[in-house]
Amino acid sequence: MATEAKRVTDIGPPHYEKFLHPLIKENYGKWQFHDSLGPGLLSHTGPAGTIYSVRMSSPRLVSSNFLRMVCDLAEKYSDGYFRFTSRNNVEFLLQNKDNIDPLVKEINEHGQLVGGTDNSISNVVHTQGWVHCHSSATDASGLVKVVMDELAEYFTEQKLPHKLRVAVACCLNMCGAVHASDIAILGLHRTPPRIDNDALPNQCEIPTTVASCPNNAIRPTSIEGKTTVKVDEDKCMYCGNCFTVCPAMPLADPLNDGVSIWVGGKISNARTEPMFTKLAIPYLPNNPPRWPEVTDAVKNIVELYAANARPFERVGEWIDRIGWERFFDMSGIEFTKYHLDDFRHAGTTYRRSLHNRY
Amino acid sequence: MADDLKTPLLDELEKGPWPSFVTDIKTLADKSEMAKDLLRQLEKSYEDKRGYWKHGGLVGVMGYGGGVIGRYSALPDEFPGVSHFHTVRVNQTSGWFYTSDTLREIIDIWDEHGSGLYNMHGSTGDMVLLGTRTEELEPTFRALTEKGWDLGGSGSDLRTPSNCVGPARCENACFDTLEMAYKITHRYQDELHRPMFNYKYKIKMSGCPNDCTAAIARSDMAIIGIWKDDIKVDQAEFAKYVDEGFNVQEFVVEKCPTSCITVEGKEINIDNSNCVKCMHCINRLPHALHVGDEKGFAINLGAKAPIVEGALFASVIIPFMTIDDYKDDDAYEEFHDLLERIWEFWDEHGTSRERIGEFIERVSLATFLEGIGVDPSPKQVKAPRDNPYIFYEEYYAEEGEG
Repeated sequence: MATEAKRVTDIGPPHYEKFLHPLIKENYGKWQFHDSLGPGLLSHTGPAGTIYSVRMSSPRLVSSNFLRMVCDLAEKYSDGYFRFTSRNNVEFLLQNKDNIDPLVKEINEHGQLVGGTDNSISNVVHTQGWVHCHSSATDASGLVKVVMDELAEYFTEQKLPHKLRVAVACCLNMCGAVHASDIAILGLHRTPPRIDNDALPNQCEIPTTVASCPNNAIRPTSIEGKTTVKVDEDKCMYCGNCFTVCPAMPLADPLNDGVSIWVGGKISNARTEPMFTKLAIPYLPNNPPRWPEVTDAVKNIVELYAANARPFERVGEWIDRIGWERFFDMSGIEFTKYHLDDFRHAGTTYRRSLHNRY
Repeated sequence: MADDLKTPLLDELEKGPWPSFVTDIKTLADKSEMAKDLLRQLEKSYEDKRGYWKHGGLVGVMGYGGGVIGRYSALPDEFPGVSHFHTVRVNQTSGWFYTSDTLREIIDIWDEHGSGLYNMHGSTGDMVLLGTRTEELEPTFRALTEKGWDLGGSGSDLRTPSNCVGPARCENACFDTLEMAYKITHRYQDELHRPMFNYKYKIKMSGCPNDCTAAIARSDMAIIGIWKDDIKVDQAEFAKYVDEGFNVQEFVVEKCPTSCITVEGKEINIDNSNCVKCMHCINRLPHALHVGDEKGFAINLGAKAPIVEGALFASVIIPFMTIDDYKDDDAYEEFHDLLERIWEFWDEHGTSRERIGEFIERVSLATFLEGIGVDPSPKQVKAPRDNPYIFYEEYYAEEGEG
């Protein structure tokens, strides 16, 4: 008689070896070199032979039907083997070089793009936005879509000075690593939380809420005999940390929420040390469905970089060479008081030399 | 497409060359009320310029404290299909390698028990199964575990460690990122599934300083491959680059951050004693230059996004460590000892919702190193201190005093 299987826990993920192409298993740890065969196409060679990777775009937010399409293509062209990259691309792993062209053709027929390798824009890492998040100041998937519609040629071709990494986060929690991307699009709130004094005493722990504020702007208070909190609005920097611990302090404000643009971050140690992104544009309005102000701003920066950076210079390296004053001049972006840091360690960003360009 | 689905704003996102998530989700709308109401609610967000999700909620599977993110629509009467829309985080495979038959198993499970929507993958690395009802959580979990899959972390716990493609498809890998991620994930199942830390703890592994998982920016513990000996040079292959007209002077020699490369004719020479292993020359000349033989990894701690005290990169704690045999559980003893000392000290002296990077800044690197039993090294700093406010712990006392 069939009985339901025993409930198991803490089994962890399956071992990766069962998902590796046989050629990858043979070459594991023994790879000798790789070549770029064109946009989205890589070959890696080891003693057992060469594996070809075909990199396909993905919206990251995908349906079962998208994944079934990936499975179908993998079964047809790559013996069922594929992987995802750290930037949410799909990589088909082919042993037969002759399968590259028909696979690329079929990928394009499905409305997907091949690219994202070498001196290109790879897929955009991003967060949940209005699709799934309670604290988002903007949508993420929609922003990625409209920005990449403008920049798709930089994904499918390798015509930039170097790789360019774009990231989108829909609030300061930054579930994506936008603080170290060449160009970061960051949603932000611009007004203090609105306190629901009826709900707060039941929903929130007062000491935790008070302690959550990095600027000590939250104080306990009593309204009609009920303990709640008040916010010193002059001190509030709209980070949302209080909302994370206290649902009765929402920040969403359709009139004021919007998007900021940051530039010049990098992760890799190549040539220069990893760098944080720096503020370029403090605020652009949320203008769905296509956010024209944001796409124009990002495209302007990408084209400026493409036209002016030297080969193998990332955005941050290019700006370091020409100077921030020239970056603002060339881009036409206004430099404002909002560009001057006023948080912890702000002084480390002040120019303490006479190394100015005139 | 469902006839009763009117989304004029979202329809604008079906235009243009980049693949459209709206078009993709619409393919589910006929058979999934969740997908349909997700689009409807999103359309309202696009009209009103705000999200309509409640703040979360405590839901999960029996015996686990993490792995499920509770999510409810703020407008359940209007959009009943997403009145519950919980997220299930599932451990990804090491290096995000899949086969079609195994992924199809997950797709079938999620079509039956959830929305049929995913993030492949989430920022931490997990497969994110996006949207189901509370009563479907336990059946989803049971179906997943029957096929050999388990949940990831959420809340104040260890998050699923993630790693780059490593030795599975990269000649630069200085350690076995896939096996090490697998080993760590399995050893610390309790820490992963039952939140007991001050705050989240992310571990990411990149096989070389190119850092393809962004470990140095995104993980509390960044394990990044490095080598100690000389870059391996194949002069014949280097000569081919010169013969093919690749501008080695401009694109390699002049880009070296420590000016330790010279080229004479078709021969490259590297002053390895001054090489900082930045990877640029190796990246540019993949046939000619390779990482050395004495390989291992550095351990940096403390990366995080801005909330609360500002964004941090992970800083060097252990400049070099190696594991003799990544397949051998016993060979990890030194690493596990270190990791557990770090957790213990952070647990004892850290405060609630204080990430390890903020903790180290608060108590000072010196105190932290002493607390975990690691010696200070010039490799841990950009420079020694430039202020004289030193807390001396030793001084002379006059004879006979005390």
